[in-house]
Amino acid sequence: MNKIIQLHTPLTKEDIKDLNIGDVLELTGTIYTARDAAHKRMQTALAEGKPQPVDFKDQLIFYAGPCPTKPGRTMGSIAPTTSMRMDSFVEMTFQLGMLGMIGKGDRSDFVPELCKKYGGVYLLSIGGASAMISNQVKTCDVVAYEDLGTESIKRLQVEKLRLIVGIDSKGRVFQSEQIQKYKR
Amino acid sequence: MTRNMDTSEVIEVIADLCKKACYELNDNLIDALKKAYTQEESPYGKDTLDLLIKNAEYAKQEQIACCHDTGTAVVIMEIGQEISWSGMPLVEAVYAGVRKGYEEGYLRKSMVRDPLDRVNTGDNTPCVFHPEIVPGDKVHITVMPKGGGSENMGAFTTLVPAVGEEGVKDFIMKTVEYAGGMTCPPIIVGVGVGGTMDKCAWLAKKALLRPIGERNPVPHYARMEEELLEKINDLGIGPLGMGGRTTALDVHIEYFPCHITALPVAVNLQCHASRHASAEI
Repeated sequence: MNKIIQLHTPLTKEDIKDLNIGDVLELTGTIYTARDAAHKRMQTALAEGKPQPVDFKDQLIFYAGPCPTKPGRTMGSIAPTTSMRMDSFVEMTFQLGMLGMIGKGDRSDFVPELCKKYGGVYLLSIGGASAMISNQVKTCDVVAYEDLGTESIKRLQVEKLRLIVGIDSKGRVFQSEQIQKYKR
Repeated sequence: MTRNMDTSEVIEVIADLCKKACYELNDNLIDALKKAYTQEESPYGKDTLDLLIKNAEYAKQEQIACCHDTGTAVVIMEIGQEISWSGMPLVEAVYAGVRKGYEEGYLRKSMVRDPLDRVNTGDNTPCVFHPEIVPGDKVHITVMPKGGGSENMGAFTTLVPAVGEEGVKDFIMKTVEYAGGMTCPPIIVGVGVGGTMDKCAWLAKKALLRPIGERNPVPHYARMEEELLEKINDLGIGPLGMGGRTTALDVHIEYFPCHITALPVAVNLQCHASRHASAEI
C-alpha cells in the first residue's frame, strides 16, 4: 500500500492534482454531507435560478446520511453510501465548484471522464465501518434542508478521516485496476 | 391448550431486538470475517477487513449502530397456532416495537412513505412484517435490519426449465459481478430457486439467515453453493470492491417446488454487516 498522505482543508485543485489512485489519505478539516434527496433539491434550485444552500467551491462532498447521535457521543454512526446513485449529479456539482466526492463503490464510466475534465477526485471511505468512522468527526452542524433528517446537508469537521483515492484527476480508476490483480 | 397473549407483549421484545441487531454482529459472522482476514491477499482488503472487525467490536462495546444504514426492519414472527391474541392489531404492535427500538436506539430512520414522493416517515416504520403460523404455543421473533446498498443490487428472473442448473448459476454470477463493490463486500449471497415470484424472493431473503458455513442438506444444492462461492471469490472484487480474494463469505440456496413451466431464481445480497437478532416469547 502507498504511504499515508496528510491533507488539510481548505484545499484547491492544485493540492489534489498529484494524488494518485491507491494513495491513502488522512483528511483533516471541513467537508459537507449530501446524498440523494439533497442533490435533487440542489438540482431543482439550479433549474429555478435559486441560490445554492452552501458554496461548494473547492469543497468535498461526503455521500453520507448518519445515525442520530447518542447522548455523550460527538457523532452518530457514519460512513459512505453507494456513490453510483449520485452519478447523474456529478457534473452539476463539479460545475458548482466541488473539488471531489467521498463515497463507496464503483461509478459509471462517465465519472472518471468528469474527474479529468474538472480536475476532481473520487475518494473511497469504508462502507459500514460507521461506528469507527464516527470517531473521526469532531463537529457536525446541519446547514441546509433540515427537514430531510439524515439526508440534510451537514458541515462536518473531521480529523484524520482515512480515505483511499478511487479516481484521480487523471481519470484513472483504482478499483478496476485492483480487481484485475486478484481475478483468477 | 390455548395460550392467551396480548399483542402489546411483542413491543418491548421487538424494540430490544432492533437495537441488539444493529449494535452486535453475531459470532458466526465475526469468525468468518476473521478467517477472511487471515486468507486475504490484498493489503487494502486486509486493512479493510481488520477495520470491519474492530468496528464490530467497538459498536458492541459502545452499544451504537455498527453501520449507519440501519435499514428496513424486516420482522419475521413465527406464531404458535395455539396462541389466541387479544389487544391492539398485531401489526400495529410490531410497528410500535420498531418505532420504539429505532427511536431509543439512536438508529437511522430510512423509510419514505411513498417510493415516488419520498417523504421520510421519521420513525422507520412501516417495517416489512412476515407472520408465519407454526405448531406450538410460542412466538419466535427475528428482526433483520436490511441495508439499502446491498438490497438494491438483488435480482429476480424467470428462466426456462431447459437451462437447468447452469442457467441458475449463470444468473447468480452475473448478478454478483454486476453488483461489484456496491453491496459492501464481503457479502452473503442468498438464493431462492422455485416457487412463484413472491415465494422465490422470500426464499432468497430467508437464505441470508442461515449461519455462514452451513450447507443446504440436499447434496446438489450444497455442491452448487460450494462451486459458486469459489467462482464468486475468483471474481477478485474483494472487500468493499477494492480488489481481493474475499468477495463472498458464503452462498446459501433455498429451493421450493414449482410449476412445470417455471424456473424462477431470486438473488438477495447481504452486505458484510449481516444483522439479525432473535428471541422467543
